Amino acid sequence: MSNLREELKEKIIEQLNLEDLSVEDIQNDDLLFGDEIGLDSIDALELIVLLEKDYGIKLTDPAEGKEVFKSIETLAQFIESKQ
Amino acid sequence: MDNERIVVTGMGVTSAIGNNVEENFSALQQSKSGIGKIEILETVHQDHFPVGEIKMSNEALAEYLKLPDFHYFTRAALLGAYAAKQALQQANIEEIDFQTGFVNGTSVGGMDVTEKLYHTYKENPSNFLFIEAQHPGFTTNKIADYLGINGVVTTISTACSSGANAVMMGAKLLQKKRLKRVLVGATDCLSKFTLNGFHSLRILSSDLCQPFDQHRKGLNLGEAAGYLVLETEEDAKKRNQPILAYLEGYANANDAHHQTASSATGEGSFLAMQQALKNANLNPQQIDYINAHGTATPNNDLSEGTAIQRLFQETPMLSSTKAFTGHTLAAAGAIEAVFSILSLQHQCVFPNLNFQTKMEDLNFSPQTSFQKQEVNYVLSNSFGFGGNCSSLIFSKAL
Amino acid sequence: MRKEFYITASVKIKNNEIFKNDRSIFKANKSLSIQDFLKETYQFLDLSYAKFHKMDVLCKLGIIATTVLKKDYPSDTALVLQNKSSSEVSDFQHQEKLNDFPSPANFVYTLPNIVMGEISIKHQLQSENAFFIAEEFQPQIIVSHTESLLKNNKASATICGWLEANLNDYYVFLNYIEPQGEVVFSAPALLENYIHE
Repeated sequence: MSNLREELKEKIIEQLNLEDLSVEDIQNDDLLFGDEIGLDSIDALELIVLLEKDYGIKLTDPAEGKEVFKSIETLAQFIESKQ
Repeated sequence: MDNERIVVTGMGVTSAIGNNVEENFSALQQSKSGIGKIEILETVHQDHFPVGEIKMSNEALAEYLKLPDFHYFTRAALLGAYAAKQALQQANIEEIDFQTGFVNGTSVGGMDVTEKLYHTYKENPSNFLFIEAQHPGFTTNKIADYLGINGVVTTISTACSSGANAVMMGAKLLQKKRLKRVLVGATDCLSKFTLNGFHSLRILSSDLCQPFDQHRKGLNLGEAAGYLVLETEEDAKKRNQPILAYLEGYANANDAHHQTASSATGEGSFLAMQQALKNANLNPQQIDYINAHGTATPNNDLSEGTAIQRLFQETPMLSSTKAFTGHTLAAAGAIEAVFSILSLQHQCVFPNLNFQTKMEDLNFSPQTSFQKQEVNYVLSNSFGFGGNCSSLIFSKAL
Repeated sequence: MRKEFYITASVKIKNNEIFKNDRSIFKANKSLSIQDFLKETYQFLDLSYAKFHKMDVLCKLGIIATTVLKKDYPSDTALVLQNKSSSEVSDFQHQEKLNDFPSPANFVYTLPNIVMGEISIKHQLQSENAFFIAEEFQPQIIVSHTESLLKNNKASATICGWLEANLNDYYVFLNYIEPQGEVVFSAPALLENYIHE
């Protein structure tokens, strides 16, 4: 279970070019769109692509994304619920 | 304005609502939109997104333009030459000499060709000639060569404000006396590149777009080409050439907010409109009609609407014609310049189609019907990705 | 009398080396890839700007060049840029992904003027922006446009020049133009500096 969270952290660091961050820097409950990690609206769209490409989950409503992408934890739980 | 007054002596356009100026006006007058199902572009999204497609194939365009078999014209170049020809014809330019220039805007240029041939380059080296077509300048040069223009020829690529910026650039060249006359405008065609790209940004609507509507869901893409011929008033009068309209003022400003989204307060839009008014020596209340950028994305219409409210105590009549043509990217500023001039020529305002519910955050609603009325000054907005905001102001010819 | 303007600063980036006012201020290994060169430059300049890493090559070059050119800018500094290849590098990347999963973060950079947006965001510039595409460096267009802006007080200064990145190479040459200075701003002056090794 915790592997998924680590995997997600690695993926977002790579996909979203978060060069200044490492996996250890991201806590499961950190707000992804808060000041710490500072993702923006384009990153949100990239996460939608990531969900489909790597996990086969299609998120058609961007509004749903707001809850799903809140943190690594909410994202992991969402993916687990769909499997 | 700076020194001499700049006038428009020729116009040309092809869009989803018509292949010349008269056809476009007719559609605008009859509230006949050109947005519908994709037919010519080959894409997996054929049934998903309505677009403003010009129902002329590349073959038909090439035949009309009397091009040789191996012409290497991109679709944008074909559409561009088609519309530019009309503008030059109307302007009655006797001799295209070195004092005639061409400023062309485009965002995808030769993308339609690249995406068809990209994967064939290895096996078919003869297609290498098309690699160059990728560059926007290639499309411009094809049009310039076709028309015989070899004075100043340049390409502007500033996304959805390219067409408007081409008009501005042309005016500046005339004011600096670098040229005597200049063909300005832009061309863009539909491509998988933009369709997929805009879809990845989630700003396309799967329904007909609804500019300035509370429930707007996004834009419909379109393709078009629009051109104006600009000269100084003095030159036009000297050769007794009918003046279609005056370019009273213009301005460009950067929103400095985000690569593709506009700031909530519409700072860039506000500055562009404010400075265009200053440039034209006009007060906001003198504007009779705004042809808005109005793409129908949640972001743009809020940003632009907010900026308009900030600038105008009382919002003038306003509409977005993108529900007729779709968002034609670089060409938008150019074809909407043509529409703005039509509004002045025919003393009317055009409807903002598909409007049902006023936006909660704004205190105005767009014009929903075609209406004849006194129009002296028209403001046309074009806001592009990269925070590039442009506004043009045209006035009635006497 | 014709009003003159002046080149008061310049920056050149080529062959993995950065020149400010003709003086080399940073030189990286010539064999480094452009991405690695940009990473080293980011560290050398101590940029501390997280958004940098999300940008494409063209935008990174633009940010580095304008950061080197001047420490800060008046908010009405205009941008007048030119290149030959538009946003070719990002265009081809997007093209590659078209049939699989188009990336929005990539698509956003498929226009050459986005670099002006990024420069404007970083340095908070809100004046006029123009981006021209030309086969070769066309200094006359740049001079014409810039002079028009400065003369009509549309901008109090301008960053102008050539900002090119293509699949094989890159070349950046930017200048800062102001109403006062020593070196007169003209097409021949620009062209000479552009060619000068």
